[in-house]
Amino acid sequence: MISQAFAARRAMGCSALVPYVTAGYPSEDATVPLLEALADAGADVLELGIPFSDPLADGPTIQASSFASLANGTTVERVLDDLAAFRARRDTPVVLFTYLNPVLRFGVDRFVRAAVDAGASGLLLTDLPTGADPALESVLIDSPLDLIRLIAPTTPLVRVPDVARGGSGFLYYISRTGVTGARTDLSDSLASEVEAIRAAVDLPVAVGFGISTPEQAAVVGDVADGVVVGSALVRRLAEEGIDAGAAFVASLRAALG
Amino acid sequence: MKNAPPLPAAARADADPESGRFGAYGGRYVPETLMEALDEVTCAYAEAGADPAFRAELAALSADFVGRPTPLYQARRLGAAIGHPSVWLKREDLNHTGAHKINNTIGQALLARRMGKRRIIAETGAGQHGVATATACAIFDMECVVYMGEEDVQRQALNVYRMELLGAQVRPVRSGTRTLKDATNEAIRDWVTNVRDTHYIIGSVVGPDPFPRMVRDFQSVIGIEARAQILEKEGRLPGAVVACVGGGSNAMGIFHAFIPDREVRLVGVEAGGQGLESGRHSASLAVGVPGVLHGSLSYLLQDADGQVAPAHSVSAGLDYPGVGPEHSWLRDSGRAEYSWVTDDDALNAMRRLSQFEGIIPALETAHAIAWVIEHGTDQEGPIVVCLSGRGDKDVAHVARLEGRDHLI
Repeated sequence: MISQAFAARRAMGCSALVPYVTAGYPSEDATVPLLEALADAGADVLELGIPFSDPLADGPTIQASSFASLANGTTVERVLDDLAAFRARRDTPVVLFTYLNPVLRFGVDRFVRAAVDAGASGLLLTDLPTGADPALESVLIDSPLDLIRLIAPTTPLVRVPDVARGGSGFLYYISRTGVTGARTDLSDSLASEVEAIRAAVDLPVAVGFGISTPEQAAVVGDVADGVVVGSALVRRLAEEGIDAGAAFVASLRAALG
Repeated sequence: MKNAPPLPAAARADADPESGRFGAYGGRYVPETLMEALDEVTCAYAEAGADPAFRAELAALSADFVGRPTPLYQARRLGAAIGHPSVWLKREDLNHTGAHKINNTIGQALLARRMGKRRIIAETGAGQHGVATATACAIFDMECVVYMGEEDVQRQALNVYRMELLGAQVRPVRSGTRTLKDATNEAIRDWVTNVRDTHYIIGSVVGPDPFPRMVRDFQSVIGIEARAQILEKEGRLPGAVVACVGGGSNAMGIFHAFIPDREVRLVGVEAGGQGLESGRHSASLAVGVPGVLHGSLSYLLQDADGQVAPAHSVSAGLDYPGVGPEHSWLRDSGRAEYSWVTDDDALNAMRRLSQFEGIIPALETAHAIAWVIEHGTDQEGPIVVCLSGRGDKDVAHVARLEGRDHLI
């Protein structure tokens, strides 16, 4: 599903758009209409965050959305229910984005089954780097879910194939050291970094961390197979609501061609 | 150089250095961005441990700057009061900066210098680790940033001032519970962002491998000294070794040398806060469930949905929902036992040790004293308590709790 979405965009000569949103935010009942609006605005793959109390890879915007979502009463079960409701209405693939502990507590096997049943296509665990837990990773690799691997700017190029091992769907390249969050400038060396990663692995490469405007998305889209936009979207949802968020995603889509 | 004690890393490590685990616990559950840095620290630490010059420099600083070895002092009046003839205090409160924390920060700052990192970050709860880190950074002329929960900044205002006086920058953390847990999140975020020029001096035996075993090794000097001292003074091993446990660095430090001595009871004392049934406590090993926080798998206070539960303790240094992975392993294997005492028990113990022995202990340490007061009477053989820190930092907080604010 995910690789097909990337392939479809590539066939059109442009990059895939991957928006991130936190489930249960900005309000308890926002998840399903929000996902629908983003799918209709041109999202190719959706990242849906299951909030965690200690989001240590996230910057202030997504932290705040996670805390607000938990205060709204969001649970893993509720996120999966909402995902199933969305799946009944749209086909856009969804990657569940979270931290390891909620999955461990839910039970890894049970989580995988429930996520597949709800219509998830992929899973991204920010605190499960490649090799951290081989037994757990093989459960995920053998599951129907795509395991989305992350490559960091600190990952040595020679280790990229190792780090990508078992990954499927796409490879998520973190474009700079740091936590998630919108930024005003992008790395000068991004094009050569993405090129080197693409040469080393046989997966589409999506770039995230810090992309906040259609202009930046266009620059990144010129060099990468996909563009992930999270904090800048979540901030718009917080300040202006779902319609403005969808309009922002449409503007990113337009910039990507 | 002949006097340099060996770092116990390779010879004594119980963790599998390949997997970085203690049984199932520990590991490296961190963002990919940090993996290279953890490899770098692991290699640098292995090389440093094998380098006599590194060990000699650490030994010299431990002796001349920290003031080691610390005494093992017999608490005669406390012993008489509980009807036990042989209660001993391992006086880590007499270390420079007033707690055991400096054993680790000097070691890690030396390691950072070896790795060419000039910027140091740390988290702190009670402020003792922050002060010890700021102190080490002053010696080595390193930039120092300390993250501290806003609630702790208020509880431990004096230590904030001490850190700033030592040249460190203290950044209050306002997210989440505004205590040690969130200060640690923020320190990890800083490290993810500035990993290329920054070393993170974790203050306890927590975090991703190699931190739990490295911090344990730097702290293990406590137990190595205490074991030799009790053999000299009593001619036998203790019946029990007792220490408070938040993350668990002073406990691992004093336990480690005694682990092969199967006849020695190892007792860790957690913060029972307002009682376990109140839900307001920090007793991760008593009622937690294994989970992943701050890079390792260990017992963790969490709810049914895997969200980390807020911890509580009157002592900021124990106010943490997790615990070091080696403690989880020692708990499951039965080699160590873990108990808990309440806030009130600890406050009473602080007062009693002050009046019996002329030693004002830190509120964290007072938890270990409280266990001895409650359970020590029937203990066979000498009792060795890790007096992990002095209580000066807590005096204002306790006076406030007693409604004697006018004194402050």
